[in-house]
Amino acid sequence: MKHRRAIITNTLVVALGLLTIAPLAYMVIVSFMPRGESGTLPIPLWPSRWSLENYHELLVRRQIDGAWFDYRILPALKNSIGVAALSTLFGLLLTVPAGYALAKLRFRGRERVVQLLIAALVVPGQVAMLPLFLIFRQLGLVNSYAGVILPGLAGIFGVLFVRQAMLAIPDELIDAARMDGAGEGRIFVSIVLPLLTPIVITLALFLFLGSWNDFLWPLIVLADQHRYTLPVAVAAIAREHAADGELMMAASVVTTMPVLLLFLALQRFYLTGLLGGGVKG
Amino acid sequence: MTRETRAAWGFTAPVLTIIVAVFVLPTLLAMAMAFTDYSIYALADPRNLHFTGVNNFTTLFATPLFWRAIGNTLLFALLGVPMAIGASLFAALLLNDATVRWKPLWRVVLFAPFVTSVVATAVVWRFLFNTRFGLINQALGAVGLPGIDWLGDPNTSIPAILIFVTWKIFGYNMVVFTAALAAVPQDLMEAARLDGAGRWTRFRHVTLPAIGPTLVLAGVMSVAGFLQIFAEPYVMTLGGPAQSTTTILYFMFDEGFKWWNLGQASAVALVLFLMILAVTLLQTRIARRNEWL
Repeated sequence: MKHRRAIITNTLVVALGLLTIAPLAYMVIVSFMPRGESGTLPIPLWPSRWSLENYHELLVRRQIDGAWFDYRILPALKNSIGVAALSTLFGLLLTVPAGYALAKLRFRGRERVVQLLIAALVVPGQVAMLPLFLIFRQLGLVNSYAGVILPGLAGIFGVLFVRQAMLAIPDELIDAARMDGAGEGRIFVSIVLPLLTPIVITLALFLFLGSWNDFLWPLIVLADQHRYTLPVAVAAIAREHAADGELMMAASVVTTMPVLLLFLALQRFYLTGLLGGGVKG
Repeated sequence: MTRETRAAWGFTAPVLTIIVAVFVLPTLLAMAMAFTDYSIYALADPRNLHFTGVNNFTTLFATPLFWRAIGNTLLFALLGVPMAIGASLFAALLLNDATVRWKPLWRVVLFAPFVTSVVATAVVWRFLFNTRFGLINQALGAVGLPGIDWLGDPNTSIPAILIFVTWKIFGYNMVVFTAALAAVPQDLMEAARLDGAGRWTRFRHVTLPAIGPTLVLAGVMSVAGFLQIFAEPYVMTLGGPAQSTTTILYFMFDEGFKWWNLGQASAVALVLFLMILAVTLLQTRIARRNEWL
């Protein structure tokens, strides 16, 4: 009875796992097929030969009828890495000290600030996008990297996430250092930060993935194709080259693989952070 | 001002300033803009901007496509929430079973789609849903079922997108539910077993009440998430066929950034905000009445 149950549950979990991974595996396989092979019947599940021509077509700049042409995926890759890295760096610099202060430093108005931040979580970010576009247009930030990055730095979630983690750390350590005459900046850097390291790594991962995968705002604020981030560039190609299966799969591989690998390397931080950081009042 | 207070404001002021500048202020402006005729003419010359009262809303409520977008979005949420929450709960119950092996591996595998880009995976699924050369119709054909024009038929376009969305997001709540299941009181479970309660009875009367609050919270967040669907139809169907996948945000994006009717688009944003607010309040009340929270 127990044995039969084990067979059923393990079969189910294997089936579910294969079903989940199949689209990603197929994406990789098709991206290495020779051009046009995925559009033949019966549908091939394996390349007749492993070919890099889709990646060559997608990534290499070349001359067609005297004019330079490329899909601007390499510039987009560079833009995505730069934007995500800067978003993560500034996001951490802004939210970690604030989260600590809202949990451990005593000052008037603290509870009010926390309440307002929690209330603000209900407002969807898209509401702000229309006026934000007009403001950025006045400031000359449309079509700039700063314009892409800035809205993401309003890290309400990040602040509350760090605060929540910080609440679990006892006051004694901080109070003891204060008794010894350490300055507030010093306490934060040499006592709080080392304790928060796992949380900071988790938040960095959230920020990086969030920025990398962000779509609607970069689509709105970036008009110049050379400034596109990967999702915007891929969406643009997808709308024009719908029929080109292998090429589109190669573009998807370039967009998903970096973050998938990053997730696999740091999955422990990601999955525990997901549970530890339940944002509550 | 004490040293501690000074430090506290030094630590919080930068992020609070940015939150006010790029979130609070624009949100308030959006509410004001919804009552103006901000359009491409005002974009060229601010003197063309007028206060128009509830004009945007009366126009909106007389626009069939707006109601279509509301209906489509509600359909996404109505079908999508049970699908996604159901898949998450199924996976979590499976991973919680004592007989399943290699749990950490499966957890990572099942979670992986969640971290990928919506745009890139939507491109992959559009390819999988291809009528002639897609893997899904091929699989249907292998078991003798006729192929379906998934993204080309207004009746199947929303279900098709929802299959993709469920695949993409179920891992998130799976992890949340797994943690909640681990906290189900084992002594209560054992007592129910000794009383002769079957598997279903134990699930209904011990597990479900224990994970109730988590389910409600996940429900709220899922509804809010489904109301904000945009990238999926943008990439997979362009809002079609026959406008069957035009969502509220898709409508807002077209209205605002294709036709530059920013006042009108702000009115749409305000409607979306009110819908999300209503859902959140409603679900909190349901949860309170059932004494879950």
